[in-house]
Amino acid sequence: MKKSVFFGALAATTLVAGLSSAGTVDDIKARGELICGSNTGLTGFGTPDASGNWTGFDVDLCRAIAAAVLGDATKVKFVPTTGETRFTALQSGEVDLLVRNSTWTASRDSELALDFVAVNYYDGQGFMVKKDLGVSSAKELDGATVCIQTGTTTELNLADFFKQNNISYQPVTVADDSEAQRQYLAGACDAYTTDASGLAASRATMPDAENHVILPEIISKEPLGPVVRHGDNNWGDVVRWTYYALLIAEEKGITAANVEEVLASTTDEEVKRLLGASGDMGVKFGLDNAAFKNAIMAGGNYGEIFARNIGEGTSINLARGLNALWTQGGLQYAPPFR
Amino acid sequence: MDKHFARSEMLPPLPPPLTERGVVKWLRENLFSTPFNIALTLFGILVLWWLVSTSLPWWLNSVWVADSLGQCRDIVAANAGEGATGACWASIHVWWGAFIFGFYPPEEWWRPILAFGLLFAALAPVLFAGQKRNLTLLLGVVAAFLLVTLWLAGTPTLAFLLAVALIAGLVGLAQVAPGRLLWFTLVYPALCFWLLWGGSIWSPLVAMAGFAVLYAVFRAASPLIGLSPAAGAGFVAAVLWWLYLDAPVAAALQSVLPLAIEAINSDQFGGFLLATVIGVTGISFSLPIGILLALGRQSDMLIVKTLSVGFIEFVRGVPLITLLFTASLLLQYFLPPGTNFDIILRVIILVTFFAAAYLAEVIRGGLAALPRGQYEAADALGLDYWRAQRLIILPQALKISIPAIVSTFIGLFKDTTLVSFVGLMDPLRGVTTILRADINWKGIYWEPYIFVGFIFFLICFGMSRYSMYLEKKLKTDHR
Repeated sequence: MKKSVFFGALAATTLVAGLSSAGTVDDIKARGELICGSNTGLTGFGTPDASGNWTGFDVDLCRAIAAAVLGDATKVKFVPTTGETRFTALQSGEVDLLVRNSTWTASRDSELALDFVAVNYYDGQGFMVKKDLGVSSAKELDGATVCIQTGTTTELNLADFFKQNNISYQPVTVADDSEAQRQYLAGACDAYTTDASGLAASRATMPDAENHVILPEIISKEPLGPVVRHGDNNWGDVVRWTYYALLIAEEKGITAANVEEVLASTTDEEVKRLLGASGDMGVKFGLDNAAFKNAIMAGGNYGEIFARNIGEGTSINLARGLNALWTQGGLQYAPPFR
Repeated sequence: MDKHFARSEMLPPLPPPLTERGVVKWLRENLFSTPFNIALTLFGILVLWWLVSTSLPWWLNSVWVADSLGQCRDIVAANAGEGATGACWASIHVWWGAFIFGFYPPEEWWRPILAFGLLFAALAPVLFAGQKRNLTLLLGVVAAFLLVTLWLAGTPTLAFLLAVALIAGLVGLAQVAPGRLLWFTLVYPALCFWLLWGGSIWSPLVAMAGFAVLYAVFRAASPLIGLSPAAGAGFVAAVLWWLYLDAPVAAALQSVLPLAIEAINSDQFGGFLLATVIGVTGISFSLPIGILLALGRQSDMLIVKTLSVGFIEFVRGVPLITLLFTASLLLQYFLPPGTNFDIILRVIILVTFFAAAYLAEVIRGGLAALPRGQYEAADALGLDYWRAQRLIILPQALKISIPAIVSTFIGLFKDTTLVSFVGLMDPLRGVTTILRADINWKGIYWEPYIFVGFIFFLICFGMSRYSMYLEKKLKTDHR
């Protein structure tokens, strides 16, 4: 009896405590800092440099969101999360959102009570092989040894793919990317499989990059994007529309450099609304009216962020591919801003 | 007449046969004594040859200065020909700051350096109790280390002068009254905390004052109500101090006399700084807790015994990783949202508990090894429980357990690398992952492991040698 009273009281306290922090945006403003769950280190997407400054494709999205909410892109605290701790860190409120290459799946949405609010990178699992293996398609990999990281969705995708195509393979399990690269280069496996973006980054740093090819088949869908927890829809909207603002900016040709210029000269009503020159779209999200303008000024539009961190011209050298705007045959499509 | 031959002088002794002396004898006896040993020796030589011949070029072609792994490879190829391999220590060269300090701001590096040097000054009176020569030697080494490194780290002049004065004072004190050095050991935790995390000097001072409150209440109350109740009362008073008076008093003092250095966030800690902070705190707090738990487990008092056994068995029954996940994730669920309970502090507390549970069993082994007669002798002398433990039982029990205690410490220190699983930047996995995520160094494999392993070896080997020294020093049996 007493015990149940105690647990009841505990539950009530938790509930009240939970209610009191209902507004993530208000919490962030009160704290003066956005807490962004990031990778422990992933080339091009999110990693600190030798003096602790975070850079990367995912990191720039966090900075844009901080700029939208707080008006200052530097007010972000990056909390490194591992594959094991990331979702719990989000659920327990230790971070405000996760932007760390997490794949959007049905069970993560439902069972883990998370909301994937957008897809900032469409990835997919691919294969890399040595050129002298003479293979031009993944379907020719019958009997091959394949290096694969354990405990990831890529392991399951690999099994599915080979089963569907009725060919056999020998898995060589490795713990992480660096070990996989090492084993692959040492000849312990014929093929290395992981997300295509990861393959490209690995290939870029190999001593003999020209001797390795990434096969054309992409065997899985890996939509990666920012994640928030259930229960605060307004915060989810803020994250989603900050991201869309970056997409619209690219579509309309607004860059970090020319934003003031565009604002002064534009006749496009949607651009005016986006930059806060007309209407009160920012206020409707509970933000400043110039919020989305600040987000664009933080690190540029989606295309600029892509090009700076992972795009062609960087060492990672990823093509836009699926991540091109819908106007250029890609999947990146923002709903109208009105 | 027979002729007799009689030798008039002694012949010089011949050297032993070739097979019975020198290298040949040693080889025959140790390496080639039986067919099995011959086979083993040949096999060993083959393995050694293989190891050296495959890795030697890699070591010899080491590159120390470069901007990226690609550049390293170019340099190796230019020096040793196409296809040669070589270690790329340039990666460590560029990232060594992160390996040692994490992302602690470089202009504040003098603070952890000073804290590290003073750590040995604080440990000196404990490690070399009553040995003035060793004490002076260690303090001298600390002084030399600090002078050089603090100067290299670009310490602000005022801080440098204060540090020099402090060390000179300690060395002087060691000459005059070595026993008094223990006072520095007692203040050191507060000083270290302040140096590492920064902020107002008053918060650690006021927190330390809690212990003074404890002692004052204990001294005032013990003649009136006896030792144990007085200790309890002192403890309650100290807890009340920490709960209700600590923060306001510190704030008041800070407003009267603001003395603060730049505050450093816990997430800027990393590398060996993080490993040392967790390891040293864990080691120094787990020993007293472990001793109390071991005594508690042997106690006749039911509640004390049950609590001790329950704690020890529970903590030993779960893996350290589980406790770390509890520290990083589960505690957040229990605490009200927005509570900022420092992650390093949480990890330190659970690591300390973990080590304490193991130490308790190690010390219990020492207690069990003492002959019953020692306990009876203590009783016969009319000593009360605490005096008997302090003067007779524990000195012997701890001496027996030294190797196992130090082994637990070494294990604890190495276990600090597990904190990478909760997203902290330990040197082995945390910093290495970040280094490998840097596009310039992606693909590097052995070098960070070798570097980190080497430093861990130095520290653990040092601890192990000290434990052997201590055993020899305390050896009182005459075998």
